[in-house]
Amino acid sequence: MAMPLESPITFSNVGRIRWWQRGIFASQTGYVLLALAVLLVIMHFASPYFFTEGNMQNVAKNFSFIAIATLGVTFVIITGGIDLSVGSMMCFSAMIASMVMTELSAPGSPLVHMAADGKTVLANVPGLILLMSILAGLGVALVVGLVNGFCIAVLGLSPFVTTLGMLSIVRGLGYVVSNGRGSFPGGPDADYFYALTSGDVLGVPVPFIYLVILALAMAVVLHHTAFGRHVFALGGNEKAAELTGIPVVRVKIEVYVICALAAGLQGIIISGWLGSAPANMATSYELNVIAAAVIGGANLAGGIGGPLGAIVGCVLLEVIRNGLVLAQVSSYWQQTLVGVIIILAVLVDRIRSRMT
Amino acid sequence: MTNVEARPVLELSGVGKEFGAIRALHDVDMHVLPGEVIGLMGDNGAGKSTLVKIIAGNFRPTHGEIRFAGDAVHFNRPVDARAVGIEVVYQDLALADNLTAAANVFLGRELKRRFGPLALLDHKAMAARALELFGELRSETRPDDLVRQMSGGQRQAVAIARTRLSNARLVMMDEPTAAISVRQVEQVLGLIHRLKEQGVAVMLISHRMPDVFAVCDRVIVMRRGEKRADKPIHETSPEEVTALITGAKEAA
Repeated sequence: MAMPLESPITFSNVGRIRWWQRGIFASQTGYVLLALAVLLVIMHFASPYFFTEGNMQNVAKNFSFIAIATLGVTFVIITGGIDLSVGSMMCFSAMIASMVMTELSAPGSPLVHMAADGKTVLANVPGLILLMSILAGLGVALVVGLVNGFCIAVLGLSPFVTTLGMLSIVRGLGYVVSNGRGSFPGGPDADYFYALTSGDVLGVPVPFIYLVILALAMAVVLHHTAFGRHVFALGGNEKAAELTGIPVVRVKIEVYVICALAAGLQGIIISGWLGSAPANMATSYELNVIAAAVIGGANLAGGIGGPLGAIVGCVLLEVIRNGLVLAQVSSYWQQTLVGVIIILAVLVDRIRSRMT
Repeated sequence: MTNVEARPVLELSGVGKEFGAIRALHDVDMHVLPGEVIGLMGDNGAGKSTLVKIIAGNFRPTHGEIRFAGDAVHFNRPVDARAVGIEVVYQDLALADNLTAAANVFLGRELKRRFGPLALLDHKAMAARALELFGELRSETRPDDLVRQMSGGQRQAVAIARTRLSNARLVMMDEPTAAISVRQVEQVLGLIHRLKEQGVAVMLISHRMPDVFAVCDRVIVMRRGEKRADKPIHETSPEEVTALITGAKEAA
């Protein structure tokens, strides 16, 4: 039974899978990307306004407003989990950020010392208040993410129930801290804040730039780090992940923290564009975010998903919304159509996997 | 065949396990020498799986002591058992089928390259090493193919290749030949021989009598949670082993 070691392995019985049958070409993301391209062409002929610079900027800005949170929730979906608290998280982080900003800038606030010129000490360092308020907003997101992750990974609660509860808890906390009134970014750094959240660089909206940077970072993390590989393994076969020694609890907590941070950042950016953080901000956004992720090819059963899919899903939803507006269709149709697309996207993928 | 003077790589004395009122395992003594292939046989519910899971660190024994390479060991998790050099090929193979063959082989111990503060996966090195391992197993498995698209034998090869990454001193295989083709059974048995040549001890848990008699040096028969026989393979016969498994013969 001695086996010759040196002879190289030959693949006489195992063919190589053709290039168009693997990778992105065989994924739901690929089909949806194709559908998006077709849709863009149709839109171009349907409306002369669609490909104008102004409208493109508008589209880019609008989909960036949910896409960063979609990147975050995609991490969670790949592990086979779900996070329903992203909408509330957006609101709460935005609210905390603008409240901290106002509070730190206000003369007479008990938390800050006054300098000789009548401004607060913090206000004399340009950008410091901005930095502290954004960190505060992200800080509460971090805490919420840790609590989600702890309940799901350590206590073993179902992600759906845990984050459904968190949706309500976080929204409620938002009403509590603001008395239901919402809050506004204020003080000397408010202008920096608006520039960083709703400004543009050479005609490109800044949220879109953040999105591209974060999506590239996510691609590297998912496909070129051990953490990313463990995220996929967890969604593919959690038991196997456990048996091979992957720190399952830690990875799970980390994805919920990433998701909450992405939602928090998203909320802060949206509040800059709105000019305020109302207490009912981003209500039911979790549905848009999860819908975009699923349309883009993330599988709720876990194991599949990526940044390209997340963005493609968001763009598709926004192009349809924008298209309906340009076509002067009642905007009430929007939601109905989004639902149809979710089911269609998943259906096409199911038919494809039946065929192969 | 076996080196009688050698120190056992694994020694169990008086190992027992109770789940509430159920006695799954009672007073098992056994040892495994380096380079020895042991066939562990028994009917469903005989205690084979419990024994394997205790050795692999999934369960802690209620009674008794486990010694590995002479030292008493206490495993709390499978990772602990793996750290000392015990590898298990699980029956359901424990593969993530959304990942490639190479990714599965290296799952949990990825090769990385440092780029400043970043440690990025070394895809090339992992694919090359995986291809080498598949070559050793004579398995036509491409490192970059998804496990989802693979045959039962290829999956088996991926799971076995995983144990070859570390310097395992004891490899336990749970029904490795149950779900694969005749030709691939030959390959798996060949691999067991290769492990043996390198001084690795193998515990083969199998229902397939011909496979056990083809590769094992010694056979251990479990029945009703107890060890009923522990014999060199050339001193027994498939008939006797069958009788021991079914209870027609109480002990040997």
